[in-house]
Amino acid sequence: MSDLRDLYQEIILDHYRTPRNLRAPAGANRTADGHNPLCGDRVRVRLRVADGVIEDAGFEGAGCAISTASASLMTEAVKGKTVAEAEALFQAFRALVTGDSAGSTDADLGKLEALAGVRDYPIRIKCATLAWHTLESALRSVSGEVAADPGAGSVVSSE
Amino acid sequence: MSVTTIDPSTLDVAAVRADFPALAQRVNGRPLVYLDNAASAQKPRAVIEAVAHAYTKDYANVHRGVHSLSQHATDAYEQARSVGRRFLGAAHDEELVFVRGATEAINLVAQSFVRPRLGAGDEILVTEMEHHSNIVPWQLLCAEVGARLVAAPIDDRGALDLEAFADLLSSRTKMVSVVHISNALGTINPVAEIVRLARSRGIPTMIDGAQAAPHMAIDVHALGCDFYAISGHKVFGPTGIGLLYGRREHLRAMPPYQGGGEMIHSVSFAGSRWAPPPHRFEAGTPHIVGAIGLAAALRYVESIGAPRIGAHEHDLLTHASEQLGALPQVRLIGTAAEKAAVLSFVVEGIHAHDVGTILDQEGVAVRAGHHCAQPAIEHFGLAATARASFALYNTHAEIDRLVRAVKHAIEIFSP
Repeated sequence: MSDLRDLYQEIILDHYRTPRNLRAPAGANRTADGHNPLCGDRVRVRLRVADGVIEDAGFEGAGCAISTASASLMTEAVKGKTVAEAEALFQAFRALVTGDSAGSTDADLGKLEALAGVRDYPIRIKCATLAWHTLESALRSVSGEVAADPGAGSVVSSE
Repeated sequence: MSVTTIDPSTLDVAAVRADFPALAQRVNGRPLVYLDNAASAQKPRAVIEAVAHAYTKDYANVHRGVHSLSQHATDAYEQARSVGRRFLGAAHDEELVFVRGATEAINLVAQSFVRPRLGAGDEILVTEMEHHSNIVPWQLLCAEVGARLVAAPIDDRGALDLEAFADLLSSRTKMVSVVHISNALGTINPVAEIVRLARSRGIPTMIDGAQAAPHMAIDVHALGCDFYAISGHKVFGPTGIGLLYGRREHLRAMPPYQGGGEMIHSVSFAGSRWAPPPHRFEAGTPHIVGAIGLAAALRYVESIGAPRIGAHEHDLLTHASEQLGALPQVRLIGTAAEKAAVLSFVVEGIHAHDVGTILDQEGVAVRAGHHCAQPAIEHFGLAATARASFALYNTHAEIDRLVRAVKHAIEIFSP
């Protein structure tokens, strides 16, 4: 049995209770929506990118402790990074939480290491990576448009 | 089940538990407390043995062979249908169609029964508490023909607003399809009254009984509904098998749902003739052993009896509602007066998904999420709840373990 304190470390609970960058950054020019259909978590990531640098990052949405803390820590971590550095950080983070080092990078994870406990809870890995997948989608988005959730299919409406 | 005159102690829970081998295991180092019965129920030995026997001894394809094994398999398959008829209170075996589950049953009725009678501007009426399986098949159909899916509202306790429901019935309404027991809220709908209201206007009715079958007696004849669906795996049977009850006159008039072998009378390239019901709706080799396993499950439930099961579960629900409801951080979601063995709840400051993970580490299996009933959960301003759902084999001691695990979650998350 894994120790729940490894999963719910104080830094994670702190970022869950008091999320950082839970806002729309001024002048945001990259936006994407993410959705985890398993638990219904939704996140919107907004970035202000200029000359290949993420000048500001914010997120909105409600989710579990793992997804909220991960989004909060992510926005802190990518602020000031180049797009390439942020993508390298995602690869290192993915390796950390999945325990699969394939494709990993030597990017310094810093506080993101707190999410390492997720690897013992395979069902929760998607919670930890939701914000990052959404970030990736935002980085590829076109200025002025909201990149849709890449996992979503077409809409059936009967109204 | 609010009214009961049966003493719940008449159910020998220890003996029942001994019938379910999966219950006697440890999960994450603790004895398993299985409270995810609304998602799928565990299987009694009677079912496991019936399935093993069918594959070991009497297995062959049905309705085809001239040889003995095929005859044995055909007999067992058709006897299983009779058991289903008795369980649901139908009059004729031909009114029972084997399907993959309640989802397929609803899709079948949508396509073969409702589609030919639905036009642009028509309406299908459901409720706000439906499982996605009783929403999406109708949306697909409505989108094709330009009809509208209308949902009758629920109140803040999770009970259907019957007056609003009655007001939504009109000459445009071509079908009413409602859940018997809500999988997300536990609400027992007044289906007899719903059927009466619809029938008085000549509107056919379908009841999604997936959650009702393991908890209460069902009598389609007394209900007077046109269609009723159950899923085998929720009533202690195998997955991939379920039953659709349909009135004989409807089934006889309906075109096939899928084409293939088994469902035909004769085939030629000039045209084919369909077999009569129920085989018209069972294209291809059916889930023969699933049907046999389902019959064993229904016999098992009958051997214990719906009144005793209902009384025991009512006692469990009352105990769990009192114990969990007493925690100031817990809010129960779905508190209708008529309620079955489902307890949805949220814990202040803790997302349902985190509650689920922490409970799992204590060996307590619950579901966390929207339970495939997003509109019902969103009615309460939520995206997710934790849900403990009970079956005949659960105990007071298990509910106490649930409550202790919820307290542990609160401790972990308290500043």
